[in-house]
Amino acid sequence: MDGRDACSDSTPLRYLDPHGTVVTPLPEALAQRDGLVRLYRAMTLTRSFDAKVVALQRTGQVGTYASTLGQEAIGVGLGSAMQADDLLLPSYRDTAAQILRGVQLHELLLYWGGDERGSAFAGPHEDFPICVPVGTQYCHAAGVATAFQLRRQARVAVVTGGDGSTSKGDFYEALNLAGAWRLPVVFVINNNRWAISVPLERQSGTVVLADKARAGGFPGVRVDGNDVVAVQAVVAAALDRARGGDGPTLVEALSYRLGDHTTADDAGRYRDAEEVSRHWAEDPLLRLRNYLVAEHGWNKADEEALLDGCAAEIEAAVSAFQAAPPDPPEAMFDHLHATLPKALVEQRADLARGLRR
Amino acid sequence: MSEITLVEAVNLALARAMADDPEVVVFGEDVGVNGGVFRATEGLQARFGDDRVRDTPLAESLIAGMAVGLAAQGLRPVAEIQFMGFIYPAIDHLLSHASRLRNRTRGRLSCPMVLRAPFGGGIHAPEHHSESTEALFAHIPGLRVVIPSSPARAYGLLLAAIRDPDPVLFLEPKRVYRSLREEVVDDGTALPLDCCFTVREGSEATLVGWGAMLQVALAAADQLAAEGIAVEVLDVATLKPFDSATLLDSVARTGRCVIVHEAARSGGFGAEIAAQLAEHGLLSLLAPVRRVTGYDTVMPLYRLENHYLPSAAAVVAAVHETLEYA
Repeated sequence: MDGRDACSDSTPLRYLDPHGTVVTPLPEALAQRDGLVRLYRAMTLTRSFDAKVVALQRTGQVGTYASTLGQEAIGVGLGSAMQADDLLLPSYRDTAAQILRGVQLHELLLYWGGDERGSAFAGPHEDFPICVPVGTQYCHAAGVATAFQLRRQARVAVVTGGDGSTSKGDFYEALNLAGAWRLPVVFVINNNRWAISVPLERQSGTVVLADKARAGGFPGVRVDGNDVVAVQAVVAAALDRARGGDGPTLVEALSYRLGDHTTADDAGRYRDAEEVSRHWAEDPLLRLRNYLVAEHGWNKADEEALLDGCAAEIEAAVSAFQAAPPDPPEAMFDHLHATLPKALVEQRADLARGLRR
Repeated sequence: MSEITLVEAVNLALARAMADDPEVVVFGEDVGVNGGVFRATEGLQARFGDDRVRDTPLAESLIAGMAVGLAAQGLRPVAEIQFMGFIYPAIDHLLSHASRLRNRTRGRLSCPMVLRAPFGGGIHAPEHHSESTEALFAHIPGLRVVIPSSPARAYGLLLAAIRDPDPVLFLEPKRVYRSLREEVVDDGTALPLDCCFTVREGSEATLVGWGAMLQVALAAADQLAAEGIAVEVLDVATLKPFDSATLLDSVARTGRCVIVHEAARSGGFGAEIAAQLAEHGLLSLLAPVRRVTGYDTVMPLYRLENHYLPSAAAVVAAVHETLEYA
């Protein structure tokens, strides 16, 4: 994955076309049935979970939510390529990656349902919580990667963001440092073509976001973000490169935001329904399912069993979420500092007594 | 043992912290071979190596943001912003992340970082090099704002800030970087955070200040002492969280309070101190609280800066006014 080659060729890597037909032979290691079914299950779980969270939002049980619809392959691909002791710094459209990392569904529901305990992951305990201020996560990733480098650890920070986030100063500041210090970090850009209502052509001076890696002096590679096998392969190569001490990679995963920006958005105000339907033909789940059917005998019973399993897992998570009482109000004080400063003792006591002074 | 300056005390505390704890790392613009533009990090790279003392690219948001990442990994980053006038791109990381990380992960991650920056006027510096905007930062929950006023306080408070498990903004008054000398014992003893220091006792009025304004307050106290008026002088030291108990105790005895800061008046941290007195100390007050501060103007370029900065004479006059109330 040489930098110049990557930048000079803006054709994204793709193994499976939208019909699930092989256009580039799959690497042997990635072509095994079990591995592909795991990827397919993770994408299906993400999609079913997404639909459930949106339904819960519509009925007032969780707050604003950013759906992953149509972009499941990116998070599943990068999440499956990462090692357990790598570190994810997710954006707010990374439900799939977080699930792969071991964040529990009921934790995601807690977070989006307005409860800080949702970011107290029992699983990947060094992963960052979801980053809402767009682009700031890139600088944190540079810091995490610097820590890995200082400690001579063979670990990699993986940080994600959308196409709009590549307009931010923090993106360039982090890219620049990562290149200057050859940091073990992989930047994964979900290029879903829309930053809320602004299309990529009006967002960025170049529509080839991988080319922005040139500013940092390291490779930028494009991948079909709806081909989960390709995403996994490209991210795995970038992780190997970083782990081997050869520095950062920017991965531009081309996809499309089939849903609204969030549940608070109505994309019908700014883009044609026809454009959206056209992109449904590139559905990442459909193409892998077609491939599994054609190459690995995936059948209706397999599909139904998988959907039932996902539904049961999601229902259990929803029950756990709904059964969890809110934190006591004093919790807002109890994690502000390691020890409550004396200046806040009285305010905390006021809150506990239901007073406000 | 020799007397050292405030900037030398900062250097001494950094070296002590790095020697004591291998997780302490120093980085920022020109902090390496150059030793910082004020020489606060002089000699550290030679002593502790390129890994632990690193020059960063010229990017303040990155400096604060990478400190968040380093600190979340359990390192103890001490990052330098070259002048407070260039700290504003870093506010996003302080406000949106450093100060919130522990809370928003319910303690799973924390952010034991220190961001150091020289601040304040009085050294005829160029545009954007003389402002005092500490109140912007003292409004941020979860962030400590610490300002030393002397070499010994700089040494002890910086050690405390580095050892603190939560983020600290450490603002260094550059007007007194080299103008004060004091004996500092390099024994690794930290001073308490979240605590005001009574630097002079007196019974007639309480002067409250921080940073370079402590010298102004002390000069005023000397002049008043010559008139037979004994005033108490408090060094706030930690603006956030603010130790109102020491203030209220002092004003309960003196009945009068004059607050001195070089920042603009409206919304300055003096307003918080005055509000604390109004809420909790009103019945102790024998006279209205007075503030002697910068004006609500843009900090002028240096030909006019001494007209902007509070003077000892202005503080003396304010104390006289409060004494007119019987």
